[in-house]
Amino acid sequence: MNKPVERLYNGILKENPTFVLTLGMCPTLAVTTSAINGLGMGLSTMVVLALSNLLIAALRNFIPNRVRIPAFIVIVASFVTVTQLLLQGFVPVLYESLGIYIPLIVVNCIILGRAESYASKNPMIPSLFDGIGMGLGFTMALTMIGLVREILGSGQAFGFRILPDSYVPISIFIMAPGAFFVLATLTAIQNKIKIEGEKKGKDMSKIQSGCMSDCASCGDTGCAHRFYDENAKPGPVGKADAKADTAAKTVETVSEGKEETK
Amino acid sequence: MGEYIAILIGSSLISNVVLSQFLGLCPFLGVSKKTETATGMGVAVIFVITISSFVTGVIYKFLLLPLGISYLQTIVFILIIAALVQFVEMFLKKYVVSLYNSLGVYLPLITTNCAVLGVALTNVQKDYSIGKGVANGFATAVGFTISIILLAGLREKMEYNNIPKPLQGMPHVLLTAGLMAIAFCGFSGISF
Repeated sequence: MNKPVERLYNGILKENPTFVLTLGMCPTLAVTTSAINGLGMGLSTMVVLALSNLLIAALRNFIPNRVRIPAFIVIVASFVTVTQLLLQGFVPVLYESLGIYIPLIVVNCIILGRAESYASKNPMIPSLFDGIGMGLGFTMALTMIGLVREILGSGQAFGFRILPDSYVPISIFIMAPGAFFVLATLTAIQNKIKIEGEKKGKDMSKIQSGCMSDCASCGDTGCAHRFYDENAKPGPVGKADAKADTAAKTVETVSEGKEETK
Repeated sequence: MGEYIAILIGSSLISNVVLSQFLGLCPFLGVSKKTETATGMGVAVIFVITISSFVTGVIYKFLLLPLGISYLQTIVFILIIAALVQFVEMFLKKYVVSLYNSLGVYLPLITTNCAVLGVALTNVQKDYSIGKGVANGFATAVGFTISIILLAGLREKMEYNNIPKPLQGMPHVLLTAGLMAIAFCGFSGISF
């Protein structure tokens, strides 16, 4: 498989940010009250992710390693502001319903995580496709979770009534507690797949609880980095000891699990 | 005065930052295994959010608005918050060692806590004065602390319960958080 296709496949299935890595849970829970909101949030995040990955990859040999986190944050925040203004101008309905969660894309773990672990060590084209792949994976996951919540909570899909009128909507699913219950079910399914995979002796270490198991693990994905890293080696980011692309090495166990999750 | 009380109760209980707005979910789920660490995290969050809502409020009112560049708020706020957290950490390490020893480990975790940025942006959106913004920040952080300590207390009690294997760990904690969210929905009956 050539590189761009491999990155897309990796983002959508093998390392799906929501179902496999469990990153970026704040927006996932907050905006998935309907499928449309989930789709809008996912696409906005994808645009920011792809563009910031591209720019960070282009600048990776110029950004000094010690101030890389502030540099990444400025790049991401600029693209978020651009996206926010575009949404406000052209899709005001979506802008209203997503509200404060649009500027909060800046602190989404997925974006800083990809900048830190992929874009800062790889050339521009693969980084762009990595961003698009991850973004599509996130969009797909958010739309699916939104769809489940919308169907259960109001009997509708994308705003159209699909269940018969005799169905009484369980409205708690479009309220805050429902988000926790849906995510709980999702992580339970994830655990089940992981336990069964491990029984068969497969490597399931890719399936993780992201920020949720322990905040210390956030360090690897970019959540808990210090603003100014005193211990980092001086010199440009890209020349720091680049990790090999771990994605290529992992066993393709996850794609099986995806079918069940759907 | 009445408005301040409305902000205090509204931001801490009625629209609780974690249980109804889903901000700051990472530390809420990650650092709630023991009540002691949860309390430490809560106090650190109160400290940082109160300071940051003051600083971002001042910068917005006296720098961004007069210059007509309020559209840069997201970029400016996130940089201020990240720098502020690091600065507070350095300051405590140097001058208030006892406080640093108890809060120090939590501070880096707060840098990209979305609750901090969320409060700063809400203050701007609702057009709060600096005083009200600080009150809102303080109340939001208190709401965070209440819910994280409650969750930690529940988790301590449930640690050795016999539950099905796939439900152990996160799913179990999330279900508990969902039940807490239902309980907090009860506060929405309070209105001013």
